[in-house]
Parts: sequence; C-alpha cells; structure tokens
Amino acid sequence: MAEQKPSTAIEAVESGLAAQGYIASRQIATAVYLSQQIEKPILVEGPAGVGKTELAKAIAAWRGMKMIRLQCYEGLDEAKALYEWKYAKQLLYTQILKDKLGEVLGGAQTLHAALDQLHDFGDVFFSKEFVEPRPLLQALEQPGGCVLLIDEIDKSDAEFESLLLEILSDFQVTIPELGTVSAVTPPTVILTSNSERDLGDALKRRCLHLHIGFPEQRLEERIVESRVPGISQTLRRQMVGFIHEIRSLDLKKLPSVSETIDWARVLVLLQATELDTDIVKDTLNVLLKYEADIEAATPQVTTFIAKAARSNVFG
Amino acid sequence: MRENLHRFFRAARGVGVHVSPAESIDAMRAVSQVGLSDRTILRDALLLTLAKSQDEKLALGDCFDLFFSQPEPRQDQPETDNNNDDASPDADQSPSSGSASEAGEGQPPEGLGPLAQMLLSQDRNALAAAIASASGAASLSDIRYSTQRGIFSSRILDAMGLQRLRDELDELTATNPALAERLRAALDALRETVRDTVSQGLALYAREEAENLRNEILRNAPLARIERRQVAEMRALIRQIARRLRERYSKPRKRQRRGHLDVRRTLRRNAAWGGVPFLTAWKRKHRDRPKIVALCDVSGSVAQVSDFFLLLIHSLHEVVDDVRSFAFSSHTIEVSEILEKKTPEEAMAEIMSKIGFGSSDYGSSLVDFEKDFMSTLTPQTTVIMLGDARSNNLDPRADILRRISERSKRLVWLNPEGRLAWGFGDSEMPRYATFCSVVRQCATAQQLERAVSDIVATYQ
Repeated sequence: MAEQKPSTAIEAVESGLAAQGYIASRQIATAVYLSQQIEKPILVEGPAGVGKTELAKAIAAWRGMKMIRLQCYEGLDEAKALYEWKYAKQLLYTQILKDKLGEVLGGAQTLHAALDQLHDFGDVFFSKEFVEPRPLLQALEQPGGCVLLIDEIDKSDAEFESLLLEILSDFQVTIPELGTVSAVTPPTVILTSNSERDLGDALKRRCLHLHIGFPEQRLEERIVESRVPGISQTLRRQMVGFIHEIRSLDLKKLPSVSETIDWARVLVLLQATELDTDIVKDTLNVLLKYEADIEAATPQVTTFIAKAARSNVFG
Repeated sequence: MRENLHRFFRAARGVGVHVSPAESIDAMRAVSQVGLSDRTILRDALLLTLAKSQDEKLALGDCFDLFFSQPEPRQDQPETDNNNDDASPDADQSPSSGSASEAGEGQPPEGLGPLAQMLLSQDRNALAAAIASASGAASLSDIRYSTQRGIFSSRILDAMGLQRLRDELDELTATNPALAERLRAALDALRETVRDTVSQGLALYAREEAENLRNEILRNAPLARIERRQVAEMRALIRQIARRLRERYSKPRKRQRRGHLDVRRTLRRNAAWGGVPFLTAWKRKHRDRPKIVALCDVSGSVAQVSDFFLLLIHSLHEVVDDVRSFAFSSHTIEVSEILEKKTPEEAMAEIMSKIGFGSSDYGSSLVDFEKDFMSTLTPQTTVIMLGDARSNNLDPRADILRRISERSKRLVWLNPEGRLAWGFGDSEMPRYATFCSVVRQCATAQQLERAVSDIVATYQ
C-alpha cells in the first residue's frame, strides 16, 4: 500500500466507490485518497442533492465500516453531539447506594476522616459508566474506525464549529471530569455544507475542501446507469441532456443529481422509451420543486427535448 | 521541489487564496503522498488542500496552470537556433570535447565558464535549472511592478555568470570567431528566455500587490470624481462590499443573555427530576428586526454618486428583509420594487430614467414623502437619507424632517460632500443636521461601507 503509485491508488478508490453505486469524479476520488493518507477530514460543499451525504455512505460501505451520522441543526450543543452525563442514573445509584455509603463512612470518627474516605471513592459517579456517548464520542470509541458524517454543518451555530475543532485536528475530545479521550482508530470524517452561511476559517483550515458541483453529462449518465439499471441508453442520454438544458435556465432551485435519479425512476415506471413533450410536462414536478420554476420551464420543454435529441445524435 | 512549491504558495497568495503556514504544511504532506509525476493529480491535491471556496478553486486552478507552464518557452527557444546537432545523449561530454578540439590553439576547454559550456551544449534541462536557481538568487518572487522587468532580467543574467561569459566572448572573438558566433546566438536566445521568465514571474507574483494597491486607491477615491474607465471597477468593488455585508449580517446569530434565569422555563424543564434544577433556562434578549427606509437623492447635482448609492441600497435589499426605498429629485417615488426585482444595472437605469437628473427640491420631495409614505415609519425604523442637501435655495421644509426623525428610531444622513462645504451656497445641511441622529460624510466606497455596516450592526 505504501509503495503503491498514487494514480493507481486513486483509481482503486474510484472503482471501490463505484462498486457501491457511487460514481465519483477524479477529484472526489483524489480527495478521499488524500484524506486517508494525511488523516484530514473532508469538507464537502455543493448544491443540495449532488451526493454529498451519499459519498460518506459509499465510503463506509466500501471500507466495511460503521457510519455514524451527526445531523446538525440550529441549537445543537455539546450535550447532544459529544456526551452527556446520565443524570437520572446517577441519581438512582446514589439513592440505592445510600446505605452502602453510610456503612463506608460510618467508621469515620471526624468529619475530616469521612471526607478522606469519600475521596478514596474517587469519582465513582463521574466515570465512564455514567457517560452517555453521543455521535462524536461514539465515533472516537469505535475500535475498527468508522466514517463520521457531520451533516449540514452550516445549519449549526458558529459556537458548535469551535467545539468540533479539537476533534477534527487531533481526533480527541476533552471531558473535564474524565480527561482526554483519544480516538482508538482515527475515524474518516466527512463534513457537508450547503454554504448557507460561511464557515469559520479555523474549521476550513483543518479540512480538505472539496466542492461537488453538478456533474458533467457523461458522468451523470454513468450515475443514472448505476442507480437506475432498467433505463434504456437512448432515454438516459435524452433525459440527462434535457436536464443539462434545464440547468441553464435561471431557476430558483436547479434540479440536481438526486432529482435526475428520481426522474429516471419515474420514467422507467411509466415505461417511457423516449422523451416527448407530454410525458415531460406531466412529470416536470419531479424535477422542479417550485411552481414558479415549473412555469418558467414549461414553455421551453419542446425546444429542450429537441436539443437533447440533437446532441444525442452527435454525442 | 520544495523551493518550487514555496514559490507556488506565494503565487497563490497573489491571486487571493489565503495560504497559511499550516495550509502549506498540509499541501506539502499531500504532495509528498501523491508525488509529482501526474500533473492532474498534483493539481487536484493542491486545490483540495489550499483553496477553501469555489472562487478560490477557480483562481488557484488558473494560477497553477500559469505557474507550471513555465518550462514551455524554454523548451522551444533553444530549438529554433539550434544549428549544431551534436545533441547526443551525453550532451555534457561531446560539446566540451568539441570545443576542446576547436579551441585547441592556446586555450584549454576548461577555460570556458559553466554558463558558456551550458549554452554551447544546448543542455536545456541544465539551462532551465540554472535559470530557476538564478531567479531564486535574484529573488524574482519579490517583483512588484512591470517597470522592474529590466532590472530583474539583468540580475538573473548576472547571477548566471554573464560577466564571465562576456569576457570569454571578447577573447573568443579574437581566437575563435565561429565559436564566438555560436555563443552569441545562444546568448541572445538565453536573454529572451530570461525575459519571458521574468514576465511570467511578474504575472504570478505582482498581481497581489497591484490589485491591493488599486483597490486601496479606489476605495478611498471620491465617488464623484471617478473616471469613466474606473466606473466598472468601482461597481465591482461596491458589489464586493455588498457581498461582505450580506455575509456578515444576512443570518442573524442567536445570542443568549446569560445571567438572567428564566425561572418558569427552568422549573418546567426540570419537572422530570422533581424540580431539582439540572438544566437551566436563560432569558433571551429580544432583538428588533432591521427595518430600513432609504431616501436617495438622484438629482443632477449628485448624479455621479447616486449610481453608487442606488447600488448600495440594492445590496441592502439583499441583506435586510424589510427595506423600503425611495428616490427623489423634485418629487418622491417609491423604488423598492424595482430594486428588489431587477439586476442592479437595470434597476439603476430604470430609476434614473423615471426620476433622475432633475433639479433637486428637497422641500417638495419631503412633502411628497410625508403625504404618501409617512406610514412606513415605525419606532423601529432607521431612516437613511442619501444626498447633498443642496435644494436650489428653495424652502428646505426642515419641519418635515423633524417629524420623520420623531417617528423613527434613527435618522442617518449620508452626504457625499465634505463637512467644509456644508452650509455654503445652497446647502441646507446644517439646518437638516439638527434633526439627524447621525450625519456622516460619505464620499468614498470605504466610508459607504462603514456607514452601512454601522446601520445594520445596530440591529444585530
């Protein structure tokens, strides 16, 4: 592995992901390879539905590792992301152990002695037993390593980013009562972002920055091929061509890869053999998610179909 | 190679990609993993580690292509004047032996300096390496201005040993004219290559400085006196400012006010533990949503500046949800819709054609505003007036401005003229100023940015 040529290693990544049904571009494969080699998280940015989350799933499936997912949202905090003390359990145990505690402390003559004995207990109630690990801590504790997906990091608050910094750069977290917990095996960390807000420089600096845009026509055809095997080659070409035309419009939400795949499934279900105006108009709501977008696209449908068919001939 | 990468990092900084030492270390590690043999992989690796946004990726990609295209001119130039084809595999050996036989009369071949040997042997790789190391010695990456091209070329040539070569040329002209001729032709080619190298260096390293300097000058240039050719650049600059404002303020961050316990919520939250307060809830500070009413003078006297004012109001519309904007020269119309729906250029053209370039009459414009739009003002509204307050000696109706200021949270007046000019001629600024919460001079892009940023920040 160490002496493997990088280009072949990157190809291996590509084919490995392809086996899981994820067709990766060269850039994506390079990023995955590098993140593994220099142990850095990947920050994936791009429009919704281009397969950012899928990438993490594919990597996990390919390497046969567990995937731990942390969905970010506004107000997400330490207690939900990192760890939490099991308060109820602590309370319950102190209640149950009351008598025992009395026994132990019973022998003590002075208050000072009792305190000393209590110290000997150590921090029984603040030990690993009572820690409820949340996704981030779970990821560090996986003996075989795992893929940690921190999804939509841009949705979380800026403070949460700072919380992540220690994990991202050193793969460890510090719990005040327990000390520092380091990763058994450094997890592969993937962060995704829809660029809803600008992430902090400190976070960006710790990651490889990968931007996944809309794929090229050929690549998208391959993606459809792997995801929707039942579709004929001509229809595939036509529909991908059509979608590329649609993306040139000024729309509120451009159709992305996930919409392409959905549409392909719909077309297969409807047993279409090639695109025509009626079927496109009927199924346009699969592609476009806003009424205004559909209205804007409808008059162009016929021209786009013609264009897609023409490029098909030459392509 | 490390040297080369370092120079690439400098070039990357030049195109605006932020490369910190930590990032350069990462890039080095990445490069040591992927190796240098495959250029596309190298490119991908550098883009992944250095660039942190899509814009940066594009810039860095271009920079990469420029940087690593350097060897090309060197390769074909020696070819054009390559008359002697003794380019045998061991090119180092044959020419020296050749020159030994040719220059056999009284001059040992070792007498020729290394540069001459290299030139005569047409050893491209050695030449390229020599030029690269000489550019390093002459610190080519410090080049800043196009006027420095000459001096850097000669520094590089000096570092390569031009002096010695000249002496040898003089000697050879006497002893071995044919060889001298060859050497001279090769030297000319070398000069050309070095000049190309320097030009490339200029393109790579000087961009940062030049751009920063130009932007700095533009930011501080008075908007009213901008030359035609600078208008486009200025627009781009204002758009940059608008983008920065949007990034900073478009998504208000939640801020908790620690210190004030919300007793009711705390009790409710801890009901599960019998009211033992494990979790605390804190009172939240209530924040106003920004509400802005902008009034922009578009009359002839401020025509130069109103373009930029409108551009800025346009960006305000993107940052703040609740903006109403009005334009006036002798009477007032609402332009919110135009600014919201259209691109800045279209919107500006439309507004100017509707109402622009008139002679200004602040009094009647204020009357219009009071009559039709006074209801837009609430106690949370910030009113921004953009104009020079020159009312052609007509009644300024400062009383209306007083009422506007009383109805709103704040009244900010941005005036493109300097403080010195206020109150002279037909300027009514002193009279208006008494009713304004803030009066600012706003003549340059920088002042414009600061003013708007202050306004939006009060709502954060």
